[in-house]
Amino acid sequence: MVETKKIFSQKQVLSWMCILIAVLPLAIPNMNFHHVMIMFVIFAALGQSWNIITGFAGQTSFGHAAFFGIGAYTSSVLFWKYMVSPWVGMLLGALIAMGVAVIVSYPCFQLKGHYFAIATLAIGEIIQQIFVSWEYVEGATGISLPILPEGFLQLQFHQSKLPYFYIAYVLFVLVIVVAYGIEHSKMGYYLKAIRESQEAGEAIGINPTRYKLFAMMISSFMTAIFGSLYAQYILYIDPFMVFSLPLSMKIVLLTVLGGLGTLYGPIIGAAILIPLSEYTRILFGGTGKGIDLIIFGLLVVLVACYQPKGMIGLFGGWARKGQRTGGEKGE
Amino acid sequence: MILQIIVSGILMGFVYSLVAVGLTLTWGVLDIINFAHGEFLMMGMYSAFWMYSLFGMDPLLSIPFAMGIVFVMGYFTYRLIIKKVINAPGLTALLATFGLSLLLRNLAQFIWSPNYRFINQSIVMDKKIVLGSITLGVPQMVAAISSIVMTMAVFYFVEKTKTGRAIQATALDKNTAKLMGIHTEKIYALTFGISGACVGIAGALTATFFPIHPESGALYSLLAFVIVALGGFGNIKGALYSAIIIGITEALGGFLFGTQFKYALVFLIYLIVIQIKPKGLFGW
Repeated sequence: MVETKKIFSQKQVLSWMCILIAVLPLAIPNMNFHHVMIMFVIFAALGQSWNIITGFAGQTSFGHAAFFGIGAYTSSVLFWKYMVSPWVGMLLGALIAMGVAVIVSYPCFQLKGHYFAIATLAIGEIIQQIFVSWEYVEGATGISLPILPEGFLQLQFHQSKLPYFYIAYVLFVLVIVVAYGIEHSKMGYYLKAIRESQEAGEAIGINPTRYKLFAMMISSFMTAIFGSLYAQYILYIDPFMVFSLPLSMKIVLLTVLGGLGTLYGPIIGAAILIPLSEYTRILFGGTGKGIDLIIFGLLVVLVACYQPKGMIGLFGGWARKGQRTGGEKGE
Repeated sequence: MILQIIVSGILMGFVYSLVAVGLTLTWGVLDIINFAHGEFLMMGMYSAFWMYSLFGMDPLLSIPFAMGIVFVMGYFTYRLIIKKVINAPGLTALLATFGLSLLLRNLAQFIWSPNYRFINQSIVMDKKIVLGSITLGVPQMVAAISSIVMTMAVFYFVEKTKTGRAIQATALDKNTAKLMGIHTEKIYALTFGISGACVGIAGALTATFFPIHPESGALYSLLAFVIVALGGFGNIKGALYSAIIIGITEALGGFLFGTQFKYALVFLIYLIVIQIKPKGLFGW
């Protein structure tokens, strides 16, 4: 992405992306489209959060659904049992997810590469099992949230999907600001140094465990927030939905598809995958034949084979052609 | 009672070992997590099922057939997909194998429907052996013994034969192996093929006592990931021992804490062991 930076700064490109995303639902007043936009914003933000620990710090997490689910369950249980505002639940859920992230990932940070990845997978599965058999949160049955009159405080809107979209959008922009801030701060450089070589990072005085932990905390906090929001939007959750490995993998897929370790990656990836999966589901989902996932799988394989750097590589290629300065490999 | 559970756990562990050996080979040699491994297993099961329902062939007789089909699948997976992503940065290879797993699973669902299918006739069907206080199902026994024999065969192949040594050399250092005149591309494709053959056999064997459906491979691949990581990547012996550990854990955990916790326990065992041995039980 070195070349595109020369034409537009990263800040400018991101701002234009955000403005475009904000205007789109107003331009196209269609319920299905609004739904797709909400899912897009949520998943782009999830990808962005995951990107901090995996893209920047190089610690592959296959267990982010755990944090998403903790966020979803905390706000839902509080709302459903005690009528606590989802906003309070959201914050509390994020803090709990952060706490869990610290407890489970601290001992795992000594693990390298795939061993760490499988450990996060194992943690995610264990947390799912706990919720499946936990009577207090209705176990495998899941929680149906009570329907209340519309309102910002109870985070429910029945007339239009737009309020959900703009709430998700504001949080999404915040996530981008945080990710941008991290990438351009000392911490961002530390994380990338750890990703490239932990030993070299240590040698120049970075404490890898501390920074990986910071990255994990921020990542899990933001992931949980979108878990609460998702639960509040769908109004129903169960452990197989919010704690599932396929959800973790969806976050991984869209970020890698867009471009790992870049701020544009999760946005581009979500912009491709989410409309594709939501619209194919709307079109073919009812047939129960899995056509949507066949197309999805095929696309993912093709992108991996022909755009190994993710879709971002495509844009990098255009920028290079425009500049007529080949030879250098853009990162 | 406990003895019965441990023995059936060990038998299941033997079957897991064959699935895990296939995974550990590709993981150790190509450094790629093959997320489609479970789907290869599923293809093995379906191969046996179709041989049975179209030609009335006993699943045990269709083992070579299932093995061949999945070998070819593995071989071409390398040639057509993995080859392109093997040198790509980051998690691209993972993206490719995960996409492939989605594709295969849903294609199977599309063509063969998501219905559970069973093989009702086999020479081993519904037979039991009683040894003192232990009762063993013959299908499980046969599957376990054949699996362990195959695992040993793969181990012998990799350790003792010339091609096997070439695989090891490629795993250790691809460039040096190339300089020594090893055709590393062929070795990679072959490794993927052997990995497929392992689960092809495992699929035909488990088809005698497990339902066959498009999702049936998914759980095995999850367990196989843990087994491989527990044993140390690329370590066949490690995969065998940890498969047995996982088999016993699963059986005992299910008995002591209830079946809903047996997999949680399996994952917990991994997390605990990895704290003491960060590179797996037999990792170097």
